Amino acid sequence: MSTDPINVQALAEREYRAGFVTDIESEAIPAGLSEDVVRLISTKKSEPEWLLDWRLKAYRHWLTMKEPEWANVRYGPIDYQAIVYYSAPKQNKGPKSLDEVDPKLLETYEKLGVPLHERAKLAGVAVDAVFDSVSVATTFRAKLEEAGIVFCSFSEAVQKHPELVRKWLGSVVPYTDNYFATLNSAVFSDGSFCYIPRGVRCPMELSTYFRINAANTGQFERTLIVAEEGAYVSYLEGCTAPIRDENQLHAAVVELVALDRAQIKYSTVQNWYPGDKEGKGGIYNFVTKRGKCQGRGSKISWTQVETGSAITWKYPSCILQGDDSVGEFYSVAVTNNYQQADTGTKMIHLGKNTKSTIVSKGISAGHGQNTYRGLVRIGKAAENSRNYSQCDSLLLGDKCGAHTFPYIEVLNSTAQMEHEASTSKIGEDQVFYFQQRGLSAEDAVNMIVNGFCKEVFQELPMEFAVEAQKLLGVTLEGSVG
Amino acid sequence: MAERRGVGRAEPAMLEVCNLHASVGGNTILRGVDLTVKAGEVHAIMGPNGSGKSTLAHVLAGRPGYEVTGGHVLYKGRDLLVLAPEERAREGVFLAFQYPVEIPGVSNVYFLKAALNSIRKHRGEPELDAMDFLSLVKDKAKLVDIEESLVKRPVNEGFSGGEKKRNEIFQMAILDPALAILDETDSGLDIDALRVVAGGVNQLRSPERAMVLVTHYQRLLDYIVPDFVHVLLDGRIVRSGGKELAEELEARGYEWLQPAPAPGR
Repeated sequence: MSTDPINVQALAEREYRAGFVTDIESEAIPAGLSEDVVRLISTKKSEPEWLLDWRLKAYRHWLTMKEPEWANVRYGPIDYQAIVYYSAPKQNKGPKSLDEVDPKLLETYEKLGVPLHERAKLAGVAVDAVFDSVSVATTFRAKLEEAGIVFCSFSEAVQKHPELVRKWLGSVVPYTDNYFATLNSAVFSDGSFCYIPRGVRCPMELSTYFRINAANTGQFERTLIVAEEGAYVSYLEGCTAPIRDENQLHAAVVELVALDRAQIKYSTVQNWYPGDKEGKGGIYNFVTKRGKCQGRGSKISWTQVETGSAITWKYPSCILQGDDSVGEFYSVAVTNNYQQADTGTKMIHLGKNTKSTIVSKGISAGHGQNTYRGLVRIGKAAENSRNYSQCDSLLLGDKCGAHTFPYIEVLNSTAQMEHEASTSKIGEDQVFYFQQRGLSAEDAVNMIVNGFCKEVFQELPMEFAVEAQKLLGVTLEGSVG
Repeated sequence: MAERRGVGRAEPAMLEVCNLHASVGGNTILRGVDLTVKAGEVHAIMGPNGSGKSTLAHVLAGRPGYEVTGGHVLYKGRDLLVLAPEERAREGVFLAFQYPVEIPGVSNVYFLKAALNSIRKHRGEPELDAMDFLSLVKDKAKLVDIEESLVKRPVNEGFSGGEKKRNEIFQMAILDPALAILDETDSGLDIDALRVVAGGVNQLRSPERAMVLVTHYQRLLDYIVPDFVHVLLDGRIVRSGGKELAEELEARGYEWLQPAPAPGR
């Protein structure tokens, strides 16, 4: 007998462990998009007039826009009239204590490894759980309120802190920004809101867990985080969805504002359903994330681990407006089977002595296509600005692809720019070397991939670094024969 | 030698290769190799380039792409060829590579700890914790004079040729195999490095361990003195003897062992 060649391209069935459906009665509006639908969503949320106006302006603007085609991804036309723009599990309205939350929902989050009981596993993390279009629970509210921190669903923030929402909404991502952000501005249903007052260091990790459950439903959430002078917050989002044959649209917007010396650390572990091994189904993840370092010496740091979604289109960015401000982007993006990712960042240097760091790790397996697209712009007034970019790609097999599109625009000659890039492949000889030392092919891939991603993983909060490593293992399961 | 063979009779040989045929990419390379190696013995396999030495080493380790087309191999009396490569390793078969591959991002020490623990797990032994493992590393690093900085660096990344070879022997010392196959361990080594590597190998000789040295030159055998020398030519072992055979090869080359050309040509 002989041992078969290690078939790096032969992809076994991948296991998506969050693919179950919760059987829960929900209230949805009919599919389709119109001014009436926008009004209906606003009415359901008992929103003030100014917010409805903002939505309608966005909707009317959206009608004049064209879907972007520049990304290095391919998909069939999206029928925006076939999407349900609002779906919510039936339960008592308004802010809810955990005891009032439908047990089926609690069970769902339990199964996803995000228990909503405050004494449970995530005892050091406050969670806002968003299910389809609405937030169903937010934990540790009382404890956070003691510190003056507001952490609640977006809808609740509109009711309770309208002046804050009105002041900051759209200040980083205006409703005219881009096709998907504009659509989001018109129909966003919920999301998280977080406000850290002056000088407060948030005592725990804040996180939002997004779950799409209902079929044919789009999720359009909006997250707004404001850190006042000298404030600090570390925030994490997680995402999953059931296995469905149809593609589902997720078009979210995240806005971050950091004032003088404030720091926001925003981490994402994105595990939307990626589609099956033939490329059927999966989430279209078209997301606009942007942070503004508005104050002097402020810092915004994005860390993302993107393992899910059929298509990922997102560029978490930093506008470095305040002098001495710092922007960071650490990313691991994995594409397996027929997944496509076009992701990267924009670092816009406006203030003096601004610094940015970009570390992007792309992993492609199967027929996956992975694109890094990044822009570093040094404005005229951005004296002594610095950027360091590193883009590494790792290939498993010979049917996948890695692409890098770095854009650099420098308008100030005092800037220092560094760009490094590499592409490598997990070779059969490497896998055999591991095997010859007693380790399995799966161990080999896991160890090589984890080594490759080390610089990014160490940026994640402890609790989630371990999760992210495991997730990566699952995502690449079966990517060597 | 005769007495030694007698002692081994009670137990199966460490390695018994019988009439082994193998091909790579459709080309037949091994054409009936017979070889018996007992515990405690060191065998040298010599032969010109392309004679099948490295193929034999890789077939024994189970490298993908090497197809066995005939014959059988027993390891400690059990069929070796049915085992996956990692199972062979866990059972105690070690291959020191001629060209050790670089593994960026994975530190040598992390890699070795995972390897050792998978082998220990297979043997039903408890896994070593970080402390015990590091003291083992310190101990074995002396054997081949490997610097601590090399141990912490990614596996073989940026190592010189000599450092890579030393690292192979260092790994062998940590993993403590029953059967070690050393594929051209001397190639690319200067004389000082060769002395260090050979010294490490010599210290790892033991009555429980068998070694097969695959080598092109007799030079290595000045430092690691084999019990037996075999000449592999055209996929077969054409001559076996003691260490004096190696000296004869050094003096006369391989030419005189070539089978006579067919008449009329």
